[in-house]
Amino acid sequence: MAQPRILVIGGGLAGLAATMRLAELGVHVDLLSLVPVKRSHSVCAQGGINSVNALTRQQGDTEWKHFDDTVYGGDFLQHQPPVKEMADWGPRIVDLMDRLGVPFNRTPEGFRDQRRFGGTLFKRTSFAGATTGQQLLYALDEQVRRREAEGLVSKYEFWDFLAPVIDDQGRCRGAVCQDLVTMQFRSFPADAVVLATGGNGLIYGRSTMSMVCTGSAVSRAYQAGAWYGNGEFIQVHPTAIPGADKLRLMSESARGEGGRVWVPRKPQDARDPRDIPEAERCYFLEERYPKYGNLVPRDIATREIFDICTNEGLSVEKDRLCVYLDLTHIPREILDRKLGGILEIYEKFQGVDPRNVPMKIFPAVHYSMGGLWVDYERSSSGGMAEGSPRNQRTSVPGMYAIGECDYQYHGANRLGANSLLSCIFSGLFVAPSLLAAREEVAGAADSTGLFEAEIRHQEERHRELLGRTAGTENPYELHQQLGSLMTRVATVVRRNEQLAEAYDEVCGMEERWHRCAVSDTGNWTNQNVVFTKSLGDMFPIAKLIIKGALLRDECRGAHYKPDFAMPGIEATDPIEKRAEAERWCDRFEANTNKWLKSTIAVCDADGNPEINYQDVDTSLLPPRPRLYGLVGGEVIEEVWKERLAARSAENGRVELAAAGAAT
Amino acid sequence: MIRAVEGFETGHEAVAATGPVPPAGRVRVRILRQDVTGGESYWERYEVPHEPNMNVISVLQKIAAQARTQDGRRVAPVAWDCSCLEEVCGSCTMLINGRTRMACSALVDKLLDENGGELELRPMSKFPVVRDLVVDRNRLFRSLERVKAWVPVDDSYDHGPGPRISPEQQQDAYPLTECISCGCCMEACPQFTKIELVRQETESEADFEIRRRKAFDSNFLGPHAISQAMLFNSHPTGKMIADERLEALTSKGGIQMCGNAQNCVAVCPKHIPLTRSIARAGRAATVWAIKRLFDR
Repeated sequence: MAQPRILVIGGGLAGLAATMRLAELGVHVDLLSLVPVKRSHSVCAQGGINSVNALTRQQGDTEWKHFDDTVYGGDFLQHQPPVKEMADWGPRIVDLMDRLGVPFNRTPEGFRDQRRFGGTLFKRTSFAGATTGQQLLYALDEQVRRREAEGLVSKYEFWDFLAPVIDDQGRCRGAVCQDLVTMQFRSFPADAVVLATGGNGLIYGRSTMSMVCTGSAVSRAYQAGAWYGNGEFIQVHPTAIPGADKLRLMSESARGEGGRVWVPRKPQDARDPRDIPEAERCYFLEERYPKYGNLVPRDIATREIFDICTNEGLSVEKDRLCVYLDLTHIPREILDRKLGGILEIYEKFQGVDPRNVPMKIFPAVHYSMGGLWVDYERSSSGGMAEGSPRNQRTSVPGMYAIGECDYQYHGANRLGANSLLSCIFSGLFVAPSLLAAREEVAGAADSTGLFEAEIRHQEERHRELLGRTAGTENPYELHQQLGSLMTRVATVVRRNEQLAEAYDEVCGMEERWHRCAVSDTGNWTNQNVVFTKSLGDMFPIAKLIIKGALLRDECRGAHYKPDFAMPGIEATDPIEKRAEAERWCDRFEANTNKWLKSTIAVCDADGNPEINYQDVDTSLLPPRPRLYGLVGGEVIEEVWKERLAARSAENGRVELAAAGAAT
Repeated sequence: MIRAVEGFETGHEAVAATGPVPPAGRVRVRILRQDVTGGESYWERYEVPHEPNMNVISVLQKIAAQARTQDGRRVAPVAWDCSCLEEVCGSCTMLINGRTRMACSALVDKLLDENGGELELRPMSKFPVVRDLVVDRNRLFRSLERVKAWVPVDDSYDHGPGPRISPEQQQDAYPLTECISCGCCMEACPQFTKIELVRQETESEADFEIRRRKAFDSNFLGPHAISQAMLFNSHPTGKMIADERLEALTSKGGIQMCGNAQNCVAVCPKHIPLTRSIARAGRAATVWAIKRLFDR
């Protein structure tokens, strides 16, 4: 058999981890990226990376609990075996990154220090100042550079993935890509193509994501037939710094290190925040969620901040919605050592020192839990079977997806500091699967003609765009309009009538896109035409996000529809309370039966999403209500546990239930 | 006349920054443009609406959207590099009012004050221009390869945690790991000179790449690479190939090129103690050279 060729698209944490592991196995990798890989969006991750560690283990933590927190935090929407495998790999991944030279913060004795992140009660998060993503990315970038020097990796930086090439057996045989400097098209035949292209925040206009996070690569794969899973689940990060060009992230680690979120009790209190006495401040997260305090899962913190500003009118400013995130009670020296990087960002862009003055923050679109649907093979121990060609494979054989652009690990809501883990994990784990995939392609028909045809098609499309000088639409303005619409209807609070209207509006915008004029008709570093192309690819994804949200009549994780919310217990009388909890659990069960399903979008011939649903593998951990801070949660929990115990006894699944109850 | 800001004037001839004051609520920008690699450069003026707290990226975004010069002429939008917009990806380096810095963290109001109400943007002068404000910084990454800026681990399998490291050591290393490969230090360094090669018609892409690497490898590494070499030479596993890095640092284009102008440390957006790294590298190189002399 000829030497295998693997094409990795995207050089963030996931793409680099896969490349490193493949090169180590002696496989040649073509690594293609919109930007030099060291500048990928993973650099923006700040807070840290989760894993069970020596300390938490002695406090009763286990890989199983990390798995449980992740699944519970994600509202049970993930298939469980891949999540279990990831949690099991956590400790060795952090160890590996440590060996690669990541400057993790240290305890006085020289061990890795950890901080606490949202959705857990354990200090599981290893961190390198407040620039953990940057440090992890650099460590992998360095290893890949080393392999590049050995001749095992060829980098194609400033290249754009345009389309997979799929043969008549339905198998992906490579891709056609474009050099963004010379604008030349080129074939990349490969035994397997791996997409590691990250999120799609730019569909929302401004977000915490980098300018390259247009989602266009994934959209092109989707339009070529790959399924898209759980598109409607978009994480809105509770704390970002509003800006005209971008909403800059203020890491959850600010709260992990003791930061407190509050608003003045008096609406738009004009006093200097430092002069407002404690009694006149409302620490609303601490008041409403005494157990988790400021570290409730992100979807909840986001809704509370949104709610206190919009419904209760307690925004710090009148014209610009925001709340205080306060670090001023923490000594300056500690802040500099543990959070320096992010505080500098605030200071640089806002001109105010957050060590002295409380920061003003507001939620912003941050992460795509959804992404390309990928498969896995369950192992006998309930994890993933290492080396199976099915792992991380999209619905198109030969095409794989890893990192933020797959839908696999975070369900309906991602916990902080789990994304760096899922990216590195899926990157490392996919490598042997790719080698196995290569066996499948052996003896396949020659694909040269397919590539030539695809290049011609892309050239034609490109020429057509360059010819559109007389168009009436401005792509940049159209992008802004799409972003405002998506932010208004498909973020924190979702309502069916708005979503239905928005779907038609997006279709209208897509129509208008065909009338976009390009202002640059040249064939050298033409950013204008590249942007216009990627804008065109945002609409299919925007449509599947909206349609998925419209059809899903429930609240789950980041997807919140007030019309379908399940409020807490109102009764105060114990018997009535109990009865209400029984009814609550009945409703929860009915809802679980109906909606605990992955949303699968398939692109039809007109570019519209057909939505199907797929059962979720909950074989390891039975779904249970997510009760963070819910009024009457303790009664509901009691009722739920009784039901679960009864059912387990019935089903003879006593063993599993015991493991679940132990957590 | 361009104002020499903190002495780092990089010597491109500029047009006079005079002209009528822009109308209230407008920002006037002068950009040095170039259509292709090796092409002629020329100035163009733009005007965009002012917004509170705006940065240079927002100005460029507005210019892209309007694609017209100040006098209303339709032009191709200005090309520039950017990605994260929070000064951590290192993409958007350019010369802003004559000074090398990141465009995302350059706030317009301050810039207008210092430059008589007009903003001036030019591409970096030490790297070949690709188009407009986009430059080719391949050499920067090649330098990292030259000094083997990595920890030479056996493999990525599980071998337990890395070495124990004291908090002091971590805090000493951490600032060096924050280098975003922006190239500001190279731009400001008087010893770092531009290499711009053109591929010959008869030359294959691979042959051109070999020729280009050769040119890179016999010229100055740049301050960032020296600092990275010191970072990895201080890491318990990284130092296992310390000699190979010192070899690179003492070869042609190595640390001996440094003229101690100290511009690098003054322009670094991440405040990396580059001169400290260079001083350490100098000492280590001397010791290593003497040792090698005796080992012969």
